[in-house]
Amino acid sequence: MGRKRIVIRVCLRLRQEFAQSHHAALLTAALLLVSGVPSARALECTIMVTRGFTGRGAAGGNDGRVPPGQHLVDDFPVLSAGPTPHIATDQWSFTLKVGPKPIKRWNWDEFNALPQTQLTRDIHCVTTWSKLDTRWEGVLIDDVLSAAGLDAPTDFTLAHSFDGYSTNVPTKDLLAGRAMVALRYNGEPIEADHGGPARLLVPHLYFWKSAKWLNGLQFTDRDTAGFWELRGYHMYGDPWREQRYDTD
Amino acid sequence: MTPTEVAPAKPAARWQNARIVDIVERTPHIKSFFLALPEPFVFRPGQHVDVRLTAPDGYRAMRSYSIASAPSPGAAIEIAIDLLKTGEVSPFFHEVAAIGDEIELRGPLGGHFVWSPGDASPVLLLGGGSGLVPLMSMARANQQAATPSPMALLLSARTWSEALYRDELIGFAERNNGFAVRFALTRANPQRSHDYARRVDAEMLRDVIALLPAAPQIVFVCGSNAFANGAADAALAAGIPRDRIRTERYGG
Repeated sequence: MGRKRIVIRVCLRLRQEFAQSHHAALLTAALLLVSGVPSARALECTIMVTRGFTGRGAAGGNDGRVPPGQHLVDDFPVLSAGPTPHIATDQWSFTLKVGPKPIKRWNWDEFNALPQTQLTRDIHCVTTWSKLDTRWEGVLIDDVLSAAGLDAPTDFTLAHSFDGYSTNVPTKDLLAGRAMVALRYNGEPIEADHGGPARLLVPHLYFWKSAKWLNGLQFTDRDTAGFWELRGYHMYGDPWREQRYDTD
Repeated sequence: MTPTEVAPAKPAARWQNARIVDIVERTPHIKSFFLALPEPFVFRPGQHVDVRLTAPDGYRAMRSYSIASAPSPGAAIEIAIDLLKTGEVSPFFHEVAAIGDEIELRGPLGGHFVWSPGDASPVLLLGGGSGLVPLMSMARANQQAATPSPMALLLSARTWSEALYRDELIGFAERNNGFAVRFALTRANPQRSHDYARRVDAEMLRDVIALLPAAPQIVFVCGSNAFANGAADAALAAGIPRDRIRTERYGG
């Protein structure tokens, strides 16, 4: 009984490491050494192999840049919950709010006059595609705050979009050069399908956090669920911890 | 745990080993897989499951597949998979997977692209190719209801033989209980006089909307991004308010 419990605990830990390392044989051997259980039991415990599935092989050659459960794509898939909004830049504006109170508002020309930064980042969509080295240009959230004379007003932020979409991100995840309001992709204006004229870019979180058709950021005292978070998706969304759904 | 995580509001969608109990060829490119669940779950039409395949070297591939079947206690769920030649998961299902195999999955997932009998109606469903799958769950559930809601479905497919669930949909329409179906074939001529030989457009949508007793209260659009954009824009042009149109696009 006692031994069984230890074996199970070892299995669980090895499974977690296994998911990242892909060293099945090594881990199974280690498990056998530790537990002394027959190999059939050990294999059953470590992982369920799908009969006949070989896949394209582990994501070798990408220096560990592809999170668990993700696969690489060369194209740029589009996912959104409704019709694509087409927003003219002369109709565009961006508003910064603290709680319900608007603090500052920019039109397109004013916003484009803010300091511009380039970020080349890997992006990861919760629907399991990842894309490496995507090139973005826009205004870092640090620079948006500076221009408004603000210093991280609260711990949480809701990003808002023209189509009513919203998503929540801890404020610290938007700062220190980690996030921007992107205005260009691959040197060109961002297409409407991909969230243009402006989208949020928070590349270290699953890509639904990078709200398309962005029209403002709202700083909130509490972590407030946005559109997908209200519909079962994770409040934080770290691809490296596979935080896809609210119970992950 | 990070401070931003919330306490689970409902039981986790847990991974389970489903068993393939049947495989049915639906079209030249689409096969249905019926999966028996050791831990059955209640789902809403339109929801999906995540499927996870594991290679002997530990490599894993995960994909989301919409459920095609209507909710039915204890029954196997049906997913329908389009063969993408350059993919790594759909060729496995089409060429390797066999009855009796175990497949890891979890669900049900997704809370936006869902409709159950009794929800807002009339309903307009616009599907492109295998984008019909979540809409089929809605149509089937509606047909099982004591009083089906008025529902019209427009399916875009390349040819007549590639129109997924074609005969079942025509059968629903023949029941005269408020269900109408039209096909928009993009690479073939229609077999029925009231179908179309072109891509979905606003004029076509006006025809299909006229099959309903009143303006649609909710529209579900599912297919490739090109199809979803075209169909959603056509729905807007046909006068349907933006906030009544829900899209699901597959890609990646």
